[in-house]
Amino acid sequence: MSIVKNFDLYAPRLIDKVERLAAGHTACAGCGEALAARLVMKGLGGDAIVSCATGCLEITTSRYPTTAWEVPWIHVAFENAAAVASGVEAGIKALRRKGRIPDRDIKSVSMAGDGGTADIGLQALSGVMERGHDMFHVCFDNEAYMNTGIQRSSQTPFGAWSTTSPPGAVSFGQRTWKKNIPEIMVAHNVSYVATACPSYPLDLIRKVEKARKVEGPAYIHCLAVCPTGWRMDSSLTIKMGRLALETGIFSLYEVENGKYRITVDMPNPLRPVQDYLKLQGRFRHLTPDRIEEMQARVNLEIKKLMNKVDKLPSWPDLTE
Amino acid sequence: MAKRKRIGMEVALAAAEAVGMCNVDVAAVYPITPQSHIAEHLSDLVADGKTDTEYVTVESEHSSMSVCIGASATGARAYTATCSQGLMLMHELLPIASAMRLPIVMSVANRPVNAPLNILSDHSDIMPQRDSGWIVIFSENGQEVIDLTLMAYRIAEDKDVMLPVIIGIDGFILTHMVEPMEFPDQKEVDAFLPPYRPYATLHPDKPLTMGAFAMPDFFPQMMKAKDMALLNSKKTILRVWDEWEKRFGRRYRPVETYRTEGAEVLLVTMGSMSETAELAVDELKDKGVSAGLVKIRLWRPFPSDELKAAVKGARVLAVMDRAVSPGMRGAPVFTDVKAALYSEDSRPIIVNYVMGLGGVDVTVGDFVKMGEKAAKAKKEEYEFYGVMG
Repeated sequence: MSIVKNFDLYAPRLIDKVERLAAGHTACAGCGEALAARLVMKGLGGDAIVSCATGCLEITTSRYPTTAWEVPWIHVAFENAAAVASGVEAGIKALRRKGRIPDRDIKSVSMAGDGGTADIGLQALSGVMERGHDMFHVCFDNEAYMNTGIQRSSQTPFGAWSTTSPPGAVSFGQRTWKKNIPEIMVAHNVSYVATACPSYPLDLIRKVEKARKVEGPAYIHCLAVCPTGWRMDSSLTIKMGRLALETGIFSLYEVENGKYRITVDMPNPLRPVQDYLKLQGRFRHLTPDRIEEMQARVNLEIKKLMNKVDKLPSWPDLTE
Repeated sequence: MAKRKRIGMEVALAAAEAVGMCNVDVAAVYPITPQSHIAEHLSDLVADGKTDTEYVTVESEHSSMSVCIGASATGARAYTATCSQGLMLMHELLPIASAMRLPIVMSVANRPVNAPLNILSDHSDIMPQRDSGWIVIFSENGQEVIDLTLMAYRIAEDKDVMLPVIIGIDGFILTHMVEPMEFPDQKEVDAFLPPYRPYATLHPDKPLTMGAFAMPDFFPQMMKAKDMALLNSKKTILRVWDEWEKRFGRRYRPVETYRTEGAEVLLVTMGSMSETAELAVDELKDKGVSAGLVKIRLWRPFPSDELKAAVKGARVLAVMDRAVSPGMRGAPVFTDVKAALYSEDSRPIIVNYVMGLGGVDVTVGDFVKMGEKAAKAKKEEYEFYGVMG
């Protein structure tokens, strides 16, 4: 990214100046999700309707009679944001066809946290992706049920403390590894799947722009650093996203018609996971052997990803 | 009024035909017995281009209601149908649809709720939805299913209502019956039911936030508004039913009566059992029992005033319930009827017969027996009719 001289000086000029998630929402200091949502809205543009799941993003932006949303926005419940967005898409499609609203491309987008996407929301999301609605879903993954008080989800990392995966005499914290939702989305034959992180804003915005252009379903899995839930300094949000990439904990890639591509290069060799873990209170209790176990798993996950990047051709190429 | 040809058709198919005549924009239906013939026939109508509808083949009832909510919020006319476990699965979303004032219409092919699993007929599924804020109307026969379905969007979308509507169609006993029925012409339906003109929609030209959360500063007002809206809807329901009568000659009332003049004992029913109960009233009268029938058509908003007027002067009410409210010693229709009459100066004795659970056939003879028993009642009774143990 440094091939352009004074890149950081010019970069802000590349970004849409219009704010569609207004200031004055009530998210915590250093909230990665609010920042990510703001950037998503820059990539998305104004001709969009957002369906939002119950969760931090919803609760911090929509206290009646105020709203932080400059685009049409609806919240219904926790587990059905994707299904609601598919209803919005179907409604807009029918009304356009019948000439009851102007014939204009309006994108339906659902947004949910990791619980509303990977756990309670997975069925509705799977249904939407299988049916092929012209919409996309953004998961803001802050790796636990932060809005209800930091309870573990299927996206909470191995070893992490949460209020329902506490370390104790016979426990080291979260016992499971993150469920791979992007891969599950690829398995639905979704033509555009990407991971993103607001620490890499241009990459994030570009991916949203791509998802916006897809005719059919697309999916973006966005790491949303949560200083409150991760027990870390709220000034380190951007740095933590970068460390997640540099340690291989969270990689930035996209999958276009089955073809995996790394979009932000990771250092070679990767930084040790310890650099990421030591700044977060949720990993404070981990013993060296657990950290070693984690390092080994991260190494394996990176190998699995790189294997896909190297070996898997795009689906159209397979037909030739 | 034009003389119309009556045709024989299964009631579930007639329900789908009626939906097809409503120019529905989005239908999201998940199959469940005994609603499935509605789901199937509506998809036939869409596949044949007979109705221009986005038919979303959802993966669950939870998503069918979610799709209806999303679609309705854009200003689309939305429809779904379900029953039993499906209705229980979408239970979470029903109060949301009504609080957001979305005029969705749903057919419910009333079926029991597990356990034990039973696919036949009773009202166990609708009762847990009683306080969801929806208008709930029961049908008695196939013609009523057609009429009430065609009227449902007129009521739901009226600016003075803006609430979702459930049409109760007893599973199998009604959904799977082949009956003679007549349809209005499409032109007549179009004249009666204009396209939906919403005043608040999700559209980028006028961004709105829907489904905001509220703290105690606003929450109670919203709950009060919801109650007021449902109570207020009765005016429009009556107006639409009056207009229907003028156009098509069939009359609908929140509480309807059959041979109640001067009757001492009134059977109180809801849904498809009412027609059977009419025959029983004839037989009871022949036997010298002073009996009549009161049928509750409008379940919510509950027609307290109409009920009071209908039962005035009766000595005994025999309320027939096809559902149980465990732990209450009184089933749902009974408790509501009783509550409505409590403040009256002269109150009848009210007995409650729970019957027809899980598809048990309730015959004319059964109603006669219950009528004769009720005629002798000296005080309140609560009984599972014909159930051993």
